[in-house]
Amino acid sequence: MTTILMETGEVAVDSADGLWLAAADIERATGWTLKPEGMCRDDVCVPLGNDAQRDGRVDVAAFWRRLGAPVLADARREVWVLGTAADERNARLAGLTAPDFTLPDLAGTPHTLSELRGKKVFLCTWASW
Amino acid sequence: MVVAVAQDSRADAARPWIEQARPTYWSLVDSEHRVSSLYGMVNVPRAVWIDEAGRIVRPPETAGSTDHFRRMDARTLTMSAEDQAARDKGKAVYVEAVRDWVTTGRHALAADAARARLPQVTPDIALAHAHFRLGVWLKRHDRVEEGARHMTEAVRLHPDSWSMWRQAADVGESGLAAGPAFWERVHALGDKPYHPPPDIPGFPGEVKR
Repeated sequence: MTTILMETGEVAVDSADGLWLAAADIERATGWTLKPEGMCRDDVCVPLGNDAQRDGRVDVAAFWRRLGAPVLADARREVWVLGTAADERNARLAGLTAPDFTLPDLAGTPHTLSELRGKKVFLCTWASW
Repeated sequence: MVVAVAQDSRADAARPWIEQARPTYWSLVDSEHRVSSLYGMVNVPRAVWIDEAGRIVRPPETAGSTDHFRRMDARTLTMSAEDQAARDKGKAVYVEAVRDWVTTGRHALAADAARARLPQVTPDIALAHAHFRLGVWLKRHDRVEEGARHMTEAVRLHPDSWSMWRQAADVGESGLAAGPAFWERVHALGDKPYHPPPDIPGFPGEVKR
């Protein structure tokens, strides 16, 4: 099994020879759908080169680089980070909608920022270090 | 509603602090520093004010801390009574501004003003967050050396991030990454602030050294 680390969390997928994934796994891990015109999400489609598709699998690392977003793997190529591109991050912040996240409290109970719609939120970071 | 988020990758490092504070608000643990990545924060404590519609009305800013600690006596780690008082005033002024916003809406910025204060994420910063993420994951899975290499690369790509540097640094017995290397890095800031003062009326200005 291969582990993909996304902004939203961690997904385990079956992968071959790097990060070649079946369409269903790509959608589950990244939210992008394989269509005849390429990889699609919302109303955006990005064409895939011929060398990025083989036997029903897609080279997701190549696709992600094509998006201009960071791609990293560990030395064993078992754990991959599919990061968020700087442009996407800036565009999202410029929209001024507070980027959503889900994080656990000490008991492990998850809390999602957007559940607090309707209330003012003072979001504050700190650290023990 | 207060949402406090610990940027703490070491297992259970945040626990004693949270248990002692007994929060009635959300107190979350963010081992991957996801909030710093999403909001472009480079240090703690930083705050974002979000209105009822889920919109940012104050982008990331220093949550009441000041740079008076940089004038501390290096030997005794104490500061002058005046500096201590100014530091306490900063915190009080900031907390009062938050209360004021909650009850009156004051201090909220219009969209254009909020946008003008947003941090700018560069491709290097985006890549730094990816290295940091992988580094934390590897360390947590007992691949400490490989993880440390990714965290070092994150720090190299995003030198403005104190959160990455201090999380990657060794901590002393106090649990603080505040050894000689930290102070050296702080001194190297020169005239640049460690905690840029938030633009709140009455908040102490930049601390001269």
